[in-house]
Amino acid sequence: MTRETILNTFLFLLLPATALAAFALDEPFIITLATKAAILALAGVGLNIALGLGGLVSFGHAAFFGLGGYAMGILAAHAQSYTPIMESPFLIEGTKSMPVIWLVALAVSALAALLIGALSLRTSGVYFIMVTLAFGQMLFYFAISWPAYGGEDGLSIYVRNGFPGLNTLDPLTFFGIAFVILAAVLFFAGRLARAPFGLALSAARQNAERVEAVGLAPFKLRLVAFVISGAVTGLAGALFADLNRFVSPTMFSWQTSGEIMIFVILGGVGRLFGPVAGAALFILLEHVLGGLSEFWHIYLGLLLLLVVLFARGGMIGLIAGREVAHD
Amino acid sequence: MTEVLLDVRNLHKSFGALKATDDVSLTLKPGEIHALIGPNGAGKSTLIKQIAGGLRSDSGTVHFAGQDVTPLSTVQRARAGLGRTFQISSLAMEYTVLQNAVLGALGQSGRVMRFFAPVMRQKELREEALRALELVGLADHAAKRTADLSHGQRRQLEVAVALTLRPKVFLMDEPMAGLGAGGSKALTGFLDGLRAEAPILLVEHDMDAVFALADRISVLVYGQIIATGTAAEIKADPQVRVAYLGEEDAA
Amino acid sequence: MSFILLIEQVLNGVQSGVMLFLMAAGLTLIFGVMGLINLAHGSLYMVGAFAAAAVAAATGSFLLALVAALAAAALAGCLIEMTVIRRLYDRDHLDQVLATFALILIFSEGTRFLFGSFPLFLDIPAALSGPVMLPGGIQYPLYRLVIIGVGLAIAAGLFLLIARTRIGIQIRAGEADREMIAALGIDIAKLYTLIFALGAALAGLAGALVGAIQSVQVGMGEPVLILAFVVIVIGGIGSIKGALIGALLVGLTDTLGSVLLPLFFANFMEASAATSVGSSLASMSIYILMAGVLLFKPTGLFGEA
Repeated sequence: MTRETILNTFLFLLLPATALAAFALDEPFIITLATKAAILALAGVGLNIALGLGGLVSFGHAAFFGLGGYAMGILAAHAQSYTPIMESPFLIEGTKSMPVIWLVALAVSALAALLIGALSLRTSGVYFIMVTLAFGQMLFYFAISWPAYGGEDGLSIYVRNGFPGLNTLDPLTFFGIAFVILAAVLFFAGRLARAPFGLALSAARQNAERVEAVGLAPFKLRLVAFVISGAVTGLAGALFADLNRFVSPTMFSWQTSGEIMIFVILGGVGRLFGPVAGAALFILLEHVLGGLSEFWHIYLGLLLLLVVLFARGGMIGLIAGREVAHD
Repeated sequence: MTEVLLDVRNLHKSFGALKATDDVSLTLKPGEIHALIGPNGAGKSTLIKQIAGGLRSDSGTVHFAGQDVTPLSTVQRARAGLGRTFQISSLAMEYTVLQNAVLGALGQSGRVMRFFAPVMRQKELREEALRALELVGLADHAAKRTADLSHGQRRQLEVAVALTLRPKVFLMDEPMAGLGAGGSKALTGFLDGLRAEAPILLVEHDMDAVFALADRISVLVYGQIIATGTAAEIKADPQVRVAYLGEEDAA
Repeated sequence: MSFILLIEQVLNGVQSGVMLFLMAAGLTLIFGVMGLINLAHGSLYMVGAFAAAAVAAATGSFLLALVAALAAAALAGCLIEMTVIRRLYDRDHLDQVLATFALILIFSEGTRFLFGSFPLFLDIPAALSGPVMLPGGIQYPLYRLVIIGVGLAIAAGLFLLIARTRIGIQIRAGEADREMIAALGIDIAKLYTLIFALGAALAGLAGALVGAIQSVQVGMGEPVLILAFVVIVIGGIGSIKGALIGALLVGLTDTLGSVLLPLFFANFMEASAATSVGSSLASMSIYILMAGVLLFKPTGLFGEA
């Protein structure tokens, strides 16, 4: 086993170990923190597919996180008020079922990523960063100005949504759901990186001219990656909304995009488990520094600055060293 | 059989007042090496981009194996059977040598939208990649990181990736550039055999290699082809001697 | 809707466009010359506004407040350029985004620490308050009219600076080729600090001028920053002319959209639905404009391929 594999295993087990320990000590708040870390890690894993593998610096992933959140909020709000979402031309009712909500969140954010990606990927470099940021902001303002679903105030859901056969109100059970999804997506993302698609996508990041010369279209590869990436982050958004039983335009804000990116960077760009390390560290910092000072974002900013200027591989890079080309 | 595999007809390209490509026509027949030579600034790079895609011609057409590829993109032309090597090595530097070759084989297979099975364990792709590496003599370095290759080895890998595409036509932009005498000689021998697989349009500065390999030579000066013929004919052509070889001799 | 109201809204659009130009010009200049994407540009806007509000509160002088805004933003710009930004010129865009995002966190929380979370208010100076009568019987706030004038004057000054002066020649040379400019014997590090400080000062001035119309608070810079990005995407990176035209387009689209779209939908919808559909669409209008430009000219109206 390489050092990175050992580290990954450790990181992977850290979250459930924390949750179980908290359960044994009867500290439900810590379980919630572990759940939050797992969900934010999932959002980061989504972004990492575009950013780490594809080299697409998207500063607009809050768009998908928010859409996933609102997919949950809108479906559940209609279910709890017993009003259909629409009646004509055909009837669509709300739902409190997690699996249905997840599918809708995946589909909606994938569709949005297709549209935003198709436009944004016509550009590259700084343009791409600015354009994705702008589209995220567009949805933010749209959520604020659309009065039907709470506008600026957002939507509250009174009871957590259900999953057949499970008691989702139990913090440990909900942690389990989030963690299993994170594990499944990590497995998928790991396979993706080594699959034909991953080989070509990462090659397009390293050298687009080369990829074109072997008859593969970088635009198509990137668009598909962007859609997968957006869908995963959207799924995380739906889970995050369920964790808080609340959605608001904040989920769409540019700060959210920035934070998702921080998870990826603190952990290490392009490392499969980078977002897990990054999100866990972020939650830890938020909790520890946030307890020490109201102004903990200053320290977060300083830390981020140091990582960017001096430790470019992130945490995993510091501990595990340079990535080895795998065969 | 005199089927023409690459047929370039009356290409034009101007940048403002500068005619970079001025009514260029040339052909490539099965089994031949057709060398394109010319002094710096003659418009070779422009012409290559017009043939490989990536630069739209003002007028004129490019056909591969009877298919008009003029409106097609670089990607589509590669899929139509153009195997290109770059003047400055253009490879995925983080990848191993084998991964670069597998990328070529993957492009050729067209089955890229696969999201699950590990690509490096796919037997046909691996075999195709290893065959190409074997042919250019890089098989022993398959596991090396591309960034760690020497300049000459990168040139070899460029050719290997082009081989994995199983192209109908090779378009090689100065494959000898930066190679030592030994390297040039080895590559010359290799290209000599390669023409049986697919004909080569060879842009090259190394005159020894050109005269040793080329069945036909075209001379490009100021965007125009001033002569096409065998090595002997080109050497004897007075226009060429003045416009080009004269300069070379003097240099 | 009356003609007078329309003219008023057009002027409002021009006013917000001109302020956006001050932001976008600095950003696009910094990108054009140094190749840097600076997310912390919004923080410099905020620094200018806070400096102005603090000095105005202490001295009562709006003019001193503006001087303070320019000085504080330029100083903050110099400071971050020399400590952080110059390490980023040779880095990829991802590193630039992250490091300047970190700067936003530091600036915002630092400002919150110094001034608290409550908004400050910067009063319009008495001499400029109140409306002015324009030809055609249009009443319009004098201060906004002055802002438009100041913004356009600065735009003209920037064009002159770049077209006519030694610094301008150096800036254009720097855009073309970093090595060439070093070969000309120009101290490139100093030039970069200067350009960065210039961009910062413009942002700070915009923050102070707008701060007198809106409130001065932490986080005020980023929405403007993102609008300035939209401006740059529309106008084309590195082009001052593109920034001006993009900024006016965005200012006008945003202002007119929020007034005209609800009215437009009122033609075939009931009033409340028209307002909600109209204002929702209006909130998206500039991004739709940006999407349109991306479709037809991905490098922006005045950008090079």
